[in-house]
Amino acid sequence: MSETHAHSAAYVRREMLPQEAPPALETGAVKWLRENLFSSWLNGILTVVSLAFIWLVLSSILPWVVQGIWNAESLSECREIRDQLYGEGHEVACWAVLGDRWRQLLFGFYPPEHYWRVVLALVVFLAAIAPVLFESLPRKMLILTPLAPFIIFFLLWGGTIWGPLAVLLGFVIGWAIFTYGSPVVGNLGGTVLAILVPILYWLFIAGPIASGLGAILPIGLEFVASDEFGGFMLSFVIGIAGIVLSLPIGIFLALGRQSDLFIINKFSVIFIEVIRGVPLIVWLFTASLLLNYFLPPGTNFDLMLRVIIMVTLFSSAYIAEVIRGGLAALPRGQYEGADSLGLDYWQSMRLIILPQALKISIPGIVSTFIGLFKDTTLVVFIGLLDPIGFSNAIRASTEWNGIYWELFIFIGLCFFVCCFGMSRYSQYLERKLRTDHR
Amino acid sequence: MKRSVFLGTLAAAGLVAGVASAQTLADVQARGELNCGTSTGLAGFSFPDANGEWQGFDVAICRAVAAAVLGDATAVSFTPLTTQTRFTALASGEVDVLARNTTWTFSRDVDLQFEFTGVNYYDGQGFMASRELGVSSALELDGATVCIQTGTTTELNLADYFASNNMSYEPVPIETNAEAQQQYLAGACDVYTTDASGLAATRATFEDPSAHVVLPEIISKEPLGPLVRHGDSQWGDVVRWTLNAMIAAEELGITSANVTDMASAAGDNPEINRLLGTEGELGAMLGLENDWAVNVISQVGNYGEVFERFIGESTPIGLARGLNAQWTDGGLLYSPPFR
Amino acid sequence: MATMTDPPSEGFRISQLIYDTRYRSITIQVVAFILIMAGLVWLVDNTIHNLSVLGKDFNFGFLGQRSGYDINQRLVEYSNNSTHGRAALVGILNTLLVAVLGCITATVLGVIAGVLRLSNNWVISKLMTVYVEGFRNIPLLLWIIVIFAVMTEGTPQPRDFREGGTASMIAFESVAVSNRGIYIPNIVFTRSLGGNETAEVDGATQVVPAAAPVDWFLVLALIVGGVFVARFIERKATATQEATGVRPPGTFWKKLGVIVLPTLILFVILGATLDVPRIGGFNFTGGIQLRNSLIALWFALSLYTGAFIAEIVRGGILAVSKGQTEAAFALGLRPSRTMNLVILPQAMRVIIPPLISQYLNLTKNSSLAIAVGYMDVRSTLGGITINQTGRELEGMLLLGLFYLVTSLVISGALNLYNNSVKLKER
Repeated sequence: MSETHAHSAAYVRREMLPQEAPPALETGAVKWLRENLFSSWLNGILTVVSLAFIWLVLSSILPWVVQGIWNAESLSECREIRDQLYGEGHEVACWAVLGDRWRQLLFGFYPPEHYWRVVLALVVFLAAIAPVLFESLPRKMLILTPLAPFIIFFLLWGGTIWGPLAVLLGFVIGWAIFTYGSPVVGNLGGTVLAILVPILYWLFIAGPIASGLGAILPIGLEFVASDEFGGFMLSFVIGIAGIVLSLPIGIFLALGRQSDLFIINKFSVIFIEVIRGVPLIVWLFTASLLLNYFLPPGTNFDLMLRVIIMVTLFSSAYIAEVIRGGLAALPRGQYEGADSLGLDYWQSMRLIILPQALKISIPGIVSTFIGLFKDTTLVVFIGLLDPIGFSNAIRASTEWNGIYWELFIFIGLCFFVCCFGMSRYSQYLERKLRTDHR
Repeated sequence: MKRSVFLGTLAAAGLVAGVASAQTLADVQARGELNCGTSTGLAGFSFPDANGEWQGFDVAICRAVAAAVLGDATAVSFTPLTTQTRFTALASGEVDVLARNTTWTFSRDVDLQFEFTGVNYYDGQGFMASRELGVSSALELDGATVCIQTGTTTELNLADYFASNNMSYEPVPIETNAEAQQQYLAGACDVYTTDASGLAATRATFEDPSAHVVLPEIISKEPLGPLVRHGDSQWGDVVRWTLNAMIAAEELGITSANVTDMASAAGDNPEINRLLGTEGELGAMLGLENDWAVNVISQVGNYGEVFERFIGESTPIGLARGLNAQWTDGGLLYSPPFR
Repeated sequence: MATMTDPPSEGFRISQLIYDTRYRSITIQVVAFILIMAGLVWLVDNTIHNLSVLGKDFNFGFLGQRSGYDINQRLVEYSNNSTHGRAALVGILNTLLVAVLGCITATVLGVIAGVLRLSNNWVISKLMTVYVEGFRNIPLLLWIIVIFAVMTEGTPQPRDFREGGTASMIAFESVAVSNRGIYIPNIVFTRSLGGNETAEVDGATQVVPAAAPVDWFLVLALIVGGVFVARFIERKATATQEATGVRPPGTFWKKLGVIVLPTLILFVILGATLDVPRIGGFNFTGGIQLRNSLIALWFALSLYTGAFIAEIVRGGILAVSKGQTEAAFALGLRPSRTMNLVILPQAMRVIIPPLISQYLNLTKNSSLAIAVGYMDVRSTLGGITINQTGRELEGMLLLGLFYLVTSLVISGALNLYNNSVKLKER
């Protein structure tokens, strides 16, 4: 082009101008600011108002947090130190209460020399759950998953090792009967036997076996009663036990709700709706005030177990709805394909439908768990000492009476870290499972 | 955690039989541990210390009963109970004895079917107000906003008191003492009402206790005491006489320091001898060892010692003995004779 | 369970009950029914036995007994001489009040936060992310307690409003924000249909303004009637517009007029005046008090549920194909109009079903009122009443029934609405 104009134009630039830096308004921080903060008048005002709000909040809270006092034996000592350092009337946090009582907030009354058991139980749990959550991990780790509940139970409660082993044996018996008995007595007979025999075994044989072996070979850890559980450990135990136990019940309820069998379908619907229609706190009061009415006279077991039972029933209704969503999301062709292979109902569920449905339900199950974990704070109303319950108990001691915000901030932070991590995982999984390209 | 929790804990907790069984004493002895219901946290009366041990004036009653029955004041399993859950826990047999600042009333004794085994603290409901408010009597509280703890007799007393004095008020019901304290200090209510002991304990922890006054009116009788289920008189007797032993010990001058000396041989005072088991068979009559009272006093202390340790004037709570002095000192504590 | 079974050539055999798929489902159902019934009978039998051991009976007579306790927030007449049943009713109304208020504000908050989280303003979107994640990941109970405490610490006490105090009332001396709640003016009538009392003030007889339910009922009736007339005008205007192409002028003002004017006239007839709160004695007198416990619970519930709704709204907006936004931009719509006219209406279909369950959650979560001493049905019927009477079985049963019925009604109504929205789908 320049060639043709060269003859007609009076002046043609022969060499290019050196490249100039973009105008100041269109580059670097300024451009970013213009685009992201002040793209319009409204946006500019919003930005300024938000910044003012953030400044207001931080300027009133940060000094209180940062100047907080970490070394004191009691609240009154805290106040003395504060008066010396900053003068009277200057409010600062007294974090010393955390240094003094963090053990109780985390472990409750669990004997300090056994804290390793709790930590180890948590590690076992994480190791057992990891292969389920992350597919990249070696599949061999899945072996640990079915064993983990027994290991964790043994670690937390202690007692003789033969108890959990004897219970485990029941599952092995059931599995063995199903695998080797079915060819002999038929599929249905095998299934019925595989359910009945272990139950009879647990009711009548497991106890004597465990105590007998315990007498011969006393291997075990020191027994820790459930009333020594407390703090975050209690929240974790109730939350995890609730979710793990409610999974099988939830699966059956979800299948029942999809079933064509009238009575089973209606029973599942009624159960799920009744549980979901009533707040957890009412169920917890039921566990603490009423469960004894419903059980045979003379039965009495500890409150924590009752709460776990109630929480399990409660979350099973929610899990059932999550899994029902997973079942509904499967393409119809999967059901038809299973039928066309000649599989019966249980085979098609076990081999084709449930593995897929459960996989896409994991994000929902994780959010149910987050909800349940947060809801464990409600047990404070029936006298269990969860973190919030402990914050009340700590305030009742003469040293820390009158302390308020510090404990709540600590508890809130702990909950936030746990729940935020889990919700991040669930979002990651959702992204991974999403196959459309938007 | 699968079924193992069920079976394991069932095996461990042993499906304890409990509903109104008439053999609590035997159960406790067989278990080797006393199940005691306490408050989830009330300054001076029950609270966990930094080592996770329950402490306090109510807790001491539990420990005393454990010392009497099992010879070991630490053989207690504490169940923290809220005002809502306490009676059910006792009725269902979850706890053997409830020592949770519970007021002895007719309906609780008769209708709810519990047996109060005495009074370990004579209390009454009072009011606390900011000095700035310039109130000197509860009768000047017409129209005031009152913070109360729910689920107790407190709210009934309050309603009765204001109605009978033809005054109006605005109740602010609060679940825990800590919240009530925070609300009161922030001025969200003009007065805070609860048992006078609670008021004193709360006031003691304020940054500036002198800025608050406890009004002179006590509007109710609140005899607080331990209670057990109806229908097991033997167990009721054990709890009752453990408490009486602590009271009598103070009257007779037996302390945790000198009890071993006094119990080593029969002394001059026959009542002391009977109490400490150096004479007679009082322990056996209760179904206990003969040195039951010695265990109580040596491991827990007499009434006065316990009072001084947890709520007395030397503690931050700083309660005076008042009605809770021995009858010989003008108080109401009057143990029936040990004979 | 596809069946290829040949019709049985011979008579019925017992084994068909198990091996024939046509009968097997009946067998399974009968077995399941028997098991479930046996379980229920077992529970009921245990309960009856346990009750008799404890010497208790099962009756609801306690609802007729005198309650003996006071409730601060009463939407209907109640005093400590009323019955426990009445107390339960007061609690039920309080629960419903906070649930309705909470649902409304949670929706508003959630929609705003969800949209703003997608804003291209960096500060705003991050601020909203902090809000959403903060509220979603910390237990509601903690938030309720914290918000309650912040409100009592952050607002002045009533005594600061006295002469020479540090606080003052806002909005022409008619609204007081104190740490016992917000006091707003109340409308009262000097010629109330319920009758007015007279009082001697400075020697002169004055009428004490009052408000009887019948007054407000009349006002409500006029407004409802006005709305009906307004709809009639609207329909007529639309018909005219469709017939002639010209909309009758001033339709909007006519509609406004038929709603507002009769009400105003009624107010004048009844002699409406404002009852402004004044500081006196310990508290403000006059006006309406919105108690702190209500406000704190309301705020906490709305903020908490709002965070969840924000996520639902965001998900709904993201679910609308990006091509829709691009097409709207290509048409020259501004971002705000794109959002209002194109994106949100389409997103609504995705949003509504999970929104329903959030409303249900909020209603159920209102039972945490116990933490701030708001006297909802769980605190009255399920709390103090059970405590005073020892009727935990009956009380919990009624309480559970109330929540169940409420949940079913809400989800039923909203599902109806959802279905009506759904019908408009392509």
